[in-house]
Parts: sequence; structure tokens; C-alpha cells
Amino acid sequence: MKIAVCVKQIPDPASELFLDPKNRLDRTGKLVLDDADTYGIEMALRLVEDGNEGEVVLFSMAPHNEVAGLRTGLSLGASRAVLISDDVLSNSDSLSTAKVLSAAISQEDFDLVITGTESTDGYSGIMAAQLAELMQLPSVTFVKKVTRTQGDLLVERQTELGFDEVKLKLPGLISLTAGSVEPRYPNFKGIMAAKSKPIKQLLLSDLGIDASEVGTNGARQEIVDVTVAPTRASGDVIEDTGEGYVKIVEYLEALKIV
Amino acid sequence: MAIDSVWVFVELRGDSLSTASLELVSQASRVAHTVTAFLGKQGDVSVFELLSKYGANKIIEINRAPEIALGGAAAFVMASKISKEKSPSAIFFEASYEGRDAAGRLSAKLDRPILTNITALELKDNELLASNAIFGGNMMVSTRFTGAGPQLFVIRAKSFVLEPNPVEYATEVVGLEEPRHLTNAQILNSYQEVRTGPKLEDATVVVAGGRGLGSKDQFSLVENLAQLLNGAVGASRAVVDAGWVPYAFQVGQTGKTVKPMLYIALGISGATQHMVGMKGARNILAINKDRSAPIFSIADLGVVGDVNKVVPALIEALKEKIAK
Ligand SMILES: Cc1cc2nc3c(=O)[nH]c(=O)nc-3n(C[C@H](O)[C@H](O)[C@H](O)COP(=O)(O)OP(=O)(O)OC[C@H]3O[C@@H](n4cnc5c(N)ncnc54)[C@H](O)[C@@H]3O)c2cc1C
Repeated sequence: MKIAVCVKQIPDPASELFLDPKNRLDRTGKLVLDDADTYGIEMALRLVEDGNEGEVVLFSMAPHNEVAGLRTGLSLGASRAVLISDDVLSNSDSLSTAKVLSAAISQEDFDLVITGTESTDGYSGIMAAQLAELMQLPSVTFVKKVTRTQGDLLVERQTELGFDEVKLKLPGLISLTAGSVEPRYPNFKGIMAAKSKPIKQLLLSDLGIDASEVGTNGARQEIVDVTVAPTRASGDVIEDTGEGYVKIVEYLEALKIV
Repeated sequence: MAIDSVWVFVELRGDSLSTASLELVSQASRVAHTVTAFLGKQGDVSVFELLSKYGANKIIEINRAPEIALGGAAAFVMASKISKEKSPSAIFFEASYEGRDAAGRLSAKLDRPILTNITALELKDNELLASNAIFGGNMMVSTRFTGAGPQLFVIRAKSFVLEPNPVEYATEVVGLEEPRHLTNAQILNSYQEVRTGPKLEDATVVVAGGRGLGSKDQFSLVENLAQLLNGAVGASRAVVDAGWVPYAFQVGQTGKTVKPMLYIALGISGATQHMVGMKGARNILAINKDRSAPIFSIADLGVVGDVNKVVPALIEALKEKIAK
């Protein structure tokens, strides 16, 4: 099975995040592999390892030729990566991202495309469906379990009330939830091997997409205002010395809950 | 002043309309002259009447094979209607699984951007201005579209007040003409993870548990307390990821938004992604053994202590009180 895994490289969520002068998330610093995408890499590696054939290729659209996150993904076992980086792509929204990824992935034939359900920094949760539609693929989003059955995938998809069991004929696309598989950690051998794995770099012009369709132009939206959200004041904090529950009962009584 | 027309993709939970969908219809009827609801079910008059009670003038019943997921089907039906008739000014979707799929596929079909995670939408100079939270809810950004419509908005639950605005309604059944690639994903079975008691989104009291409970077994403390208070059970993502409870229980940025009268957080640290889903609660009670846990910064009553001691004692005391 030949699998394309879309991965996002994001500002380290553990660091302090800033807005740039245009009120967009500042992405000029070092970027890392989004944790939310490690599940997709893991799932792809398992499908390829179990079937004993195929390969896992990473695709990422990122500013200033960032490859740090791709190297992390390669160290886990992906065989190569494609990076699309171009100044005109800055401020791209999810639709622009989907257009770019669709064009890049479509340069080859894949059986399966995997994405995360939503990125840690943007968390809109719509890019997978946009990408599937642009690529004219069937999709199952918000997947929590994947099994392989002769040429198809049998997947469990989260629903508001439980889950659906869905048969996906390939080629197709899935978006994977966090916790769907336990991602492996890179080991020393993997990290060393990743240094020499190929990363193909593409510009927008390599994809036949016009600059007017993506980035700031493609987003067709304007930030009008950024304000600090009202904060909630804290109330009483007490130490429990065995009688804490009494205070809680009083509190529940005051609220007329009991 | 109002915009011309708004379409709303409305969703069912089981057989009844989701409250979030009704909120979208309610808001649509405030900002637009006409409201059209797209519904994945046919012939259910009680559902039609509820939609019209909150302002839906027209109801489109989507006719599809049950094995095709509704989100994709809705996008096809909407796109085909737009190609033949007049485009609406805006389309509202719930920030749900089907809602995000429908919005995503439609956005790609029509080549229109989407604004997501919207929690407020107001009409200003006859234009929609949408707000969403960033940095875990610490800041709000308001955005407007600058290009051609329809404007697509994915909106979180509990963003609008539900207010009846009864209107006359008409219905129309629309089939899926060309499902093409969608038919290669087929739903074989649907499973419900059974829950008793009030629904998380609508409950007056929510009792939520986090990793601080220590184990899946200890999570029963949360369930027992919720039952005593006639509340719903919620959870942090850490315990959902650990498999202690199903995803449907998750509260937060990637889970449900709740605004109960009382939210009780047991062994939850209060990560920004959790708090964004519950800080709209009227009252917050938190029990955590770490005095510096961020959850205390928004709690009305904070108890620094071991949940595995405080909660059993509380449950006993409440049982005695009820027995009296
Ligand atoms: C993109 C993204 C989206 C996310 N979305 C969500 C979301 O929707 N919802 C969500 O909840 N999280 C979400 N998270 C995860 C979030 O960042 C936190 O990791 C998660 O909320 C932590 O869960 P927790 O509070 O149960 O666990 P922890 O952070 O591990 O906290 C456990 C707490 O229990 C306390 N404790 C330990 N033992 C005891 C004891 N015996 N008695 C009392 N207290 C005890 C500890 O002091 C600690 O404060 C998201 C993260 C990302 C990156």
C-alpha cells in the first residue's frame, strides 16, 4: 500500500505563542511536527509493515523551507517527504492548504491519504474533507480504528452518539483522531537514517496553481478586530483536611442543587 | 436590516434535532429574511414543526442511501441547488462531525473559504462579522469575508440563544443526483454508546473527571456523583485518550462545549483546551491535589485535596442527606 500522510509543522505548542503584526499566528520561529499527525504516521507505517509492501510518503506545506518536523516523521520510518514552501503561501487558510496538498499528492498515485482530524494550532477540522473533495476521493473522517480487508479498509468512525463501522474502497482518504494508535518514538538508528532520506522541495509554480488562489488572496477574509477575552475571577480555595466535603455540601445547598 | 437568506445544515441526534442545530436556525432567523434548513431525514412532521417554530421557512429533506455519510451528501445537494438556483448569502454548519464534513466538501466544490470554530456572529452594516477564540480562549478574533458568497460558517454549540420565532414552512425532497466518489465509503453499521441520565450538552449539572482519578475503575466516582446530582458525566481528553470513557464525554476545544448551572471538575488540571469548553458554566467547583492547578483560577469553590478521599466522603454525605 502506498500511503501519503499529510503532516503540519507548527510553532512548538509548549512555547509562548504570539500574533504577528497582521494578527496571524507568528510562524517565524522554529517549527515542530504537530503531535496530532504522529497518529497518521504510525497508522501508515503499520499498514505498510503488515502488508509487507508499499511506502509511506510525508507531505507538508510549511513556511521558510522548514524540514525539522519532516525529519522527525522520517526518523519514525517514513521513506521520503515532499515539502511545499513558497512565500506567496503565507496566510493560507485550510482551503488553500488543501489545494496545495491535493496538487502535490496528485503528482503520484497513492492508495490512501491520511491526515489528522485537526491541527493543534488551527483546529478547524475541515481540511481533510476539503482535500478529499478536491482529489475526488471517498473519505472517512474522525477515524478511531483501522483494519485492512482485501484491498479495502474497515474503519470505525466517531459519531456524536457512538461510532459507525465504514467500509472504504481504495483509493481513499481518512482523518485519524488522537489516541487511535500509540505512536512509536524515534530511536537513534531512525534519527541517523532520517538525515539522508530525500525531501523533495516544491514551489507553487511546480504545482500549476495560480498565486491568486492561495495564501492571503485565496483566504478572501479580513481580520477586523482582536480583543482579550473576558476572564473569570477565581473564588475561594480551601485545603481539605478531612472536612472538605462539608464545605462542598454547603456550596451545593447554596446553589439549591441539593 | 438583514441579509437575504441563510441555509442551515441541521442535524439529528438519534431521532431528535440537536439543540445546537436549533440554535443555528434561531440565529439565522435573526439575521436573514429567509431561512432554509437541510435535513437528513424525510417525512417527520414533528421535526419540521420544531424547525419552523425557530424560524425555518423552508425545509429540504435530503434523500440518500443510508450507507452514504450525511455530511458529504449534504454538500452534494447544496452544491447542486446552488448551481441551478440562487445562492444563499450564508450557510451555517454545526462544529460536529457531519457538519465539518459537509462544510469542507462544499467549500472545495464551490471554491469558497470557511470560517470555523465560530462562537459569535453579528450583523454589522448588513455584513456578518464572526468571532472565534484563539490561544485557548484567551483572545477573540473577529473576521469578515471579503469575497463572493455563499459565506460558510462552522459554528460551535451554545453560541446563540434559542428563541422561538414561529413561521409558516414549506418542504421539498431533494435526492442525491451524482454521489460518485462518495459511494466508495459505505456505512455498514452504526453503534450507540449507551448513556443514561441527562445529555451532556443540556444538563444542569456536569460532573467531569480527569487523569487525577488515577484509573478507569476510579472513574466510577464521577459517575456516582453525577447520578446523585442528576447530572451528566464529562471527561478531559486525557482520560478519553486513555480509553476510560468514550469520546462523546469529552469536554473542551475538540470535544463538547457545556454551559451548565454547575460544573464539577475532579482531578482535572485545567488545560486551556479543556477550559475553553466549560468556562461558560455559571458555577465551577474543582477538586485537585495541586494548589497551583490552573483550574483553580476559574473555580468559584476550589478544594485542594485528594479526589479519591474527598469524593467518596461527599457521596456518603449526599446519600445520607437524601435518605433523610
Ligand atoms: C489540539 C489540542 C486539543 C485538545 N483538546 C482538548 C479537549 O477538547 N478537552 C480536554 O480536556 N483536553 C484537550 N486537550 C488536552 C489538554 O491539553 C490536556 O492535556 C488535558 O485536558 C489534560 O487532562 P487532565 O486534566 O485530565 O490531565 P492532567 O493535565 O494530567 O491533570 C491531572 C490533574 O489531576 C490532579 N491530580 C492527580 N492526582 C490527584 C488526586 N489523587 N486527587 C486530586 N487531583 C489529582 C493533578 O494535580 C493534575 O492537575 C487538547 C490538547 C491539544 C493539543
